[in-house]
Amino acid sequence: MTRIWRILGPVLFLLLIPSALRAAGVRDLVETNWLEQIGRFFTFRDVAVRYVLAGSILLGLSCGLLGSFIVVRKMALVGDTLSHAVLPGVALGFLWNMTKDPLTILIGATIAGLVGTSLVSAITQTTRLKEDTALGLVLASFFAAGICLITMIQRLPTGNKSGLDKFLFGQAAALGADDVTLMAIVAVVAVGSVIAFYKELLATSFDPGFARASGLPADWIHHGLMLVLTASLVVALQAVGVVLVSAMLITPAAAAYLLTDRLHRLVVLAAFFGVLAGVAGAFLSFVGPSLPTGPLMVVGASTVFAAAFLFGPRHGVLARWWRQRSGMARTQRENTLKSMFHVIETNGFRAEGVTLTELALRRRETMEDVQRLGKKLARHGLATVTSDVLYFTPAGRQRASEIVRNHRLWELYLTNSANIAADHVHEDAEKIEHILGESVVRELERKLGYATVDPHGKSIPTPRAIHGDAGLVDETKGRRK
Amino acid sequence: MSQLIPPFDAHAVLVAPWTENVSLFGWIAAMGFCVASACGLVGNYLMLRRMALMGDAVSHSILPGLVVAFLVSGSRGTVPMFIGALSAGAITTVLIETIHKRTRVKQDAAIGIAFSTLFAIGVILTVTYAGQVDLDAECVLYGEIAFVPLEPMVRLGSLVLGPEPFFRMASVLLGVAVLVAAFYKELLVSSFDPGLAKSLGINPSIMHYGLMAALSVVVVSAFESVGAILVIAMLILPGATASLLTTRLPLVHGLSLVHAALSSWLGIALGVWLDCSLAAAMVVAGAGLFALAWIFSPREGLIARWRSHHEKLTPHSSQGIVSRDEVERSSLRST
Repeated sequence: MTRIWRILGPVLFLLLIPSALRAAGVRDLVETNWLEQIGRFFTFRDVAVRYVLAGSILLGLSCGLLGSFIVVRKMALVGDTLSHAVLPGVALGFLWNMTKDPLTILIGATIAGLVGTSLVSAITQTTRLKEDTALGLVLASFFAAGICLITMIQRLPTGNKSGLDKFLFGQAAALGADDVTLMAIVAVVAVGSVIAFYKELLATSFDPGFARASGLPADWIHHGLMLVLTASLVVALQAVGVVLVSAMLITPAAAAYLLTDRLHRLVVLAAFFGVLAGVAGAFLSFVGPSLPTGPLMVVGASTVFAAAFLFGPRHGVLARWWRQRSGMARTQRENTLKSMFHVIETNGFRAEGVTLTELALRRRETMEDVQRLGKKLARHGLATVTSDVLYFTPAGRQRASEIVRNHRLWELYLTNSANIAADHVHEDAEKIEHILGESVVRELERKLGYATVDPHGKSIPTPRAIHGDAGLVDETKGRRK
Repeated sequence: MSQLIPPFDAHAVLVAPWTENVSLFGWIAAMGFCVASACGLVGNYLMLRRMALMGDAVSHSILPGLVVAFLVSGSRGTVPMFIGALSAGAITTVLIETIHKRTRVKQDAAIGIAFSTLFAIGVILTVTYAGQVDLDAECVLYGEIAFVPLEPMVRLGSLVLGPEPFFRMASVLLGVAVLVAAFYKELLVSSFDPGLAKSLGINPSIMHYGLMAALSVVVVSAFESVGAILVIAMLILPGATASLLTTRLPLVHGLSLVHAALSSWLGIALGVWLDCSLAAAMVVAGAGLFALAWIFSPREGLIARWRSHHEKLTPHSSQGIVSRDEVERSSLRST
């Protein structure tokens, strides 16, 4: 129940904004310069602005909301086909009584969209043609039929002013009170049905087999989703246009999909991104009135997607690049620490420090390289550098012993438990030493009977030796999972 | 409503375009045939490789390439247009691959995002530079094949080769046909059995990118006359209709050409009768041909299916013995 409110809360809030904007006001749009236009947009003085804004918020909300199910069900291109296939229905709805009555257009377009999608499934079920072929075929054929009808209507004496061509690319400025009311109704139905059937949608989207086995009517849920989807696409047509409305389904939801793994967060985020893109598009087309709204909204949505792609905290390109880089830097530091440990070990633990020459010999690197490595360690508080000697800090000594312990424990584990020859285990241990977590190490120690000597005869640093004079330090605790 | 559908005048619809107005409709029909058959030949391979929707993506996303090529070169020359289209096609492919491979977004959504973004940018550029670019936003969607005969003619000495777009399209058709003939075996093997193709030393990615390049060139030459969306129908309809009638690839190619010719002819009749966009009428005619094939195809048409299903239910049919044909058909159905 609490989860439902977590979806419901933000969505209801978003629904309330446009209703506040719909309050009446009488002034018409006149040509002014663009600075003034911006001012007018944000002060909502004009009734037209309110309609545009309310409309774009509502359409972004319902498209984003339903789009998240389209994306997780891998039906993105079904949405594309659906949006093109409604065009003949729009024209027929107009022909019904030769006006742009939103309700008849809604009914006509919904029927056309449903006929189109059922044709796709009929073609794939009764012929050898694949789904992508059937989708493309229905998309283009229905669109062509729609274009035929629209060009015929425009030839009629009354048809020229029909404004049907605005349905191709969308013109949010043409939204009227009726349109916005219809959009609000569809948005409420969409939000309501998503909340009411959230569990069913979740189950059928991710595990259709399980959903069927537990007695859910998966087919009916699919058809219901398609119906609500078609209705929200159709009411969005006036503002976004036939050609690009599918992007308003796919792009905000895909952006949200990059940011979260939980469906309820995905739904809310997608609705929010949809609203963002819708408002951005409406605003830009208001500032430059000659520009069609649809492409601008789509560019807005794509910008959101690009931002999520680049800056997403977990799956974003920058975050991943940063993780990879910092991981590589940490591995390099730990390898330096290990070399220092080896040098001190060869000296029989007599000296506390390691001369740079010894380290360079051990690592087979130049003095400059070794100096740079030392500086990096010093910067992270793992070692102190004098002119030519490196000393461990307590934290550094602890980390070095841990790495060596991990390495040798793993070698021992591979030779004892996996029966791998002792001269084949080094490479593998070289990689895993940086990754092994504290609990796995405990497990290994227990399994190996707290062994003290590795397969090559070297001693494994014991927990007491590691934690003897230093407590737990950030470097070990924070960075390891 | 009665105004909408004009009375059917057999002379004006069926005769006049080929007698009095042949100088106009002759070129339109020839252009329609060239577009549909060049697209059909490329589209057959797209369909076999389950890449039919790449046609959708590329046809939308070459628009910004075209507009930028117009703006940079300041002309509508063939070379800048082809360069623009090819680079836009390449960008689309790379974008889709990047989104698909580097994120968790699936390929279908990646296609949707990539082409809608590029197309939206293209439309905005078209509208913004409407004065400098010889395109308008609606023409981008469904083209203007009726303007083809009005373009300047290409002449070779005293010989009239045809209007410029037709000449270009005919050369592209010839090029596609030659390529298909020359690489027939390679295309066949790599489309049906990529593993075998690899073991025979055919580089699959060269075939893939070659096909995408051919697609971009075909789509850009067809763009002015049929627009970004109708070209998808031109890519898919001929091959889809043909493959309902036969399973042999050479026959599929042949039947796609027949489909192209028929839909061009019927489309002009339909367009003249209803007085609507000729390119859209051609697609509607082609879709009608597909519907006919779907219903009446002797092997897998709806009627044939219904009859075989009916026979199975009647008691005196060969009970217990399943014909080889039936096994084949049911296995086809299940895939």
